Amino acid sequence: MAVKKIKVDYLARVEGEGALHVTLKDGAVRDVELRIFEPPRFFEAFLRGRAFGEAPDITARICGICPVAYQMSAVHAMEDAFGVVVDAPLRALRRLLYCGEWIESHVLHITMLHAPDFLGYESAIAMAREHQAEVERGLQLKKVGNEIVQLVGGREIHPINVRVGGFYRTPTRRELAPLAERLKWARDAAIETVRWVAGFEFPDCERDYEFVALRHAGEYPFNEGRLVSNKGLDIGARDYEAHFEERHVAYSTALQSVIRGRGAYLVGPLARYSLNFDRLSPLAQEAAREAGLGPVCANPYRSIVVRAVETLYACDEALRLIEGYQEPARPAVPVEPRAGSGYACTEAPRGLLYHRYALDAQGTITDARIVPPTSQNQTSIEDDLRAFLPDWLGLDDEALRWRCEQTIRNYDPCISCSCHFLRLELERG
Amino acid sequence: MASAPVVVIGVGNTMRADDAAGVLVARRLRSCPGVEICEQSGEATALLEALRGRAAALIVDAAAGTRPGRLHRLDAAAQPLPQGLFGCSTHGFGVAEGIELARALGALPPVCVVYALEGGCFDTGAPMSDAVARALPRLAEDITKDIEKCTKRT
Repeated sequence: MAVKKIKVDYLARVEGEGALHVTLKDGAVRDVELRIFEPPRFFEAFLRGRAFGEAPDITARICGICPVAYQMSAVHAMEDAFGVVVDAPLRALRRLLYCGEWIESHVLHITMLHAPDFLGYESAIAMAREHQAEVERGLQLKKVGNEIVQLVGGREIHPINVRVGGFYRTPTRRELAPLAERLKWARDAAIETVRWVAGFEFPDCERDYEFVALRHAGEYPFNEGRLVSNKGLDIGARDYEAHFEERHVAYSTALQSVIRGRGAYLVGPLARYSLNFDRLSPLAQEAAREAGLGPVCANPYRSIVVRAVETLYACDEALRLIEGYQEPARPAVPVEPRAGSGYACTEAPRGLLYHRYALDAQGTITDARIVPPTSQNQTSIEDDLRAFLPDWLGLDDEALRWRCEQTIRNYDPCISCSCHFLRLELERG
Repeated sequence: MASAPVVVIGVGNTMRADDAAGVLVARRLRSCPGVEICEQSGEATALLEALRGRAAALIVDAAAGTRPGRLHRLDAAAQPLPQGLFGCSTHGFGVAEGIELARALGALPPVCVVYALEGGCFDTGAPMSDAVARALPRLAEDITKDIEKCTKRT
């Protein structure tokens, strides 16, 4: 019996700290373990006893890359509990803020973390020496995302302008106007980015995923919609825990989510795109077709192309929102706390983010539950490796390790959010 | 475009013990004429943006080390920073990477000095080590002299 192990002790170019251990026995994959060893941070526990209004700012601290997602899921869950509906211009501003975060997060991942895998560089810095124009374009594009978050959210990282019921201060049309000019450049740069990544070489790998994402009657989803899948799921956020289950695995500090009775599922750009292609703007649809994507994409390596299409959509949508923006009569609608529970799912750049809060009559949080996208994708990441590894066993150890890491990076995993750097350990025989 | 030709960038997190050193030194230099003072978390792309278009950048940051309070003055324009010195960046993409990204993109100022102050404790919520706290005034004085040289040149 020959056993060989591949170990990546610290996965590079991912958000957070984790490791991968793969054991191969007699040429077959025996074990794949995505080990997340960042310590848990107990956010759910220290939300207990805090006022409902503190949830958006406390949960924003879970992630420096996707704080807006945490704020959005928090405010929507609170508003669900209190029966609050925000005015249309406030809703539009929330979508605009989310566009900013998608642009920042997607462009960072495409340019600095994932593209080096396809072009054969060990880092973005090595890539930048030979692909200066593409890296500069990505950095400038990301900056436009930062500018949206700065203007609408109050600052670039961990925005401070979001509150239950709306915002503390809303921008004027005049303040948004210069952003529209920047976004026209960004939209063209995003089209160029889609063309650039579409030219990469992709392994011919597809899987039969259960895609899970929000779906809204008329919009590509950010904040609202039914939770649907390509395998029959169609529920509201309130029913999330009846259909999804978080499991503890001994080798990871992050919980892993499964759909009850079915197992692994996929959230994030591939799922959103495949369930909502018809909700993309005509420009984003055209760019996707030109990039060789159909209305469904089940090749995880092509997620970089889908992320670029979503970046284009976010630029296009942000422009539409700014052009149609009417200054709200008030920065927030009144909020009256009442005892009960509130539920919300919104679409973080990496995928679905679920929040549930129980509140007393004064609006004090008595219980909280947060399920981030990376927890939900962990099982699919391991399943991808189990499915694809047998075809790669002819690769030498270094190439194999690289391919494993690339497979994980397809997911833009935010390990810090999920628990809480990645190490790869491969045993083979 | 950068507004001042000379910039001092204090890097760190004021809530993580000795990691506050860079930011606290930058705050001591606010009254220096003809120089822009920035505070940053150490994220590489933000650092890159602060370096663009400058004649000189003086970066001050706490570094992982064995002797808290020991100072290293590094000429980053001449050569890359030693690896592993700055262990507190977010997700391995911090000060050293920001400087190398700037170098790769031709955006590194002709003068780029990094003052790395060795820290002993980077725990969240912990107080700054005495040795690091004692080193701050002297470091601010050293940087003031370098600012004067840089502003005269520009």
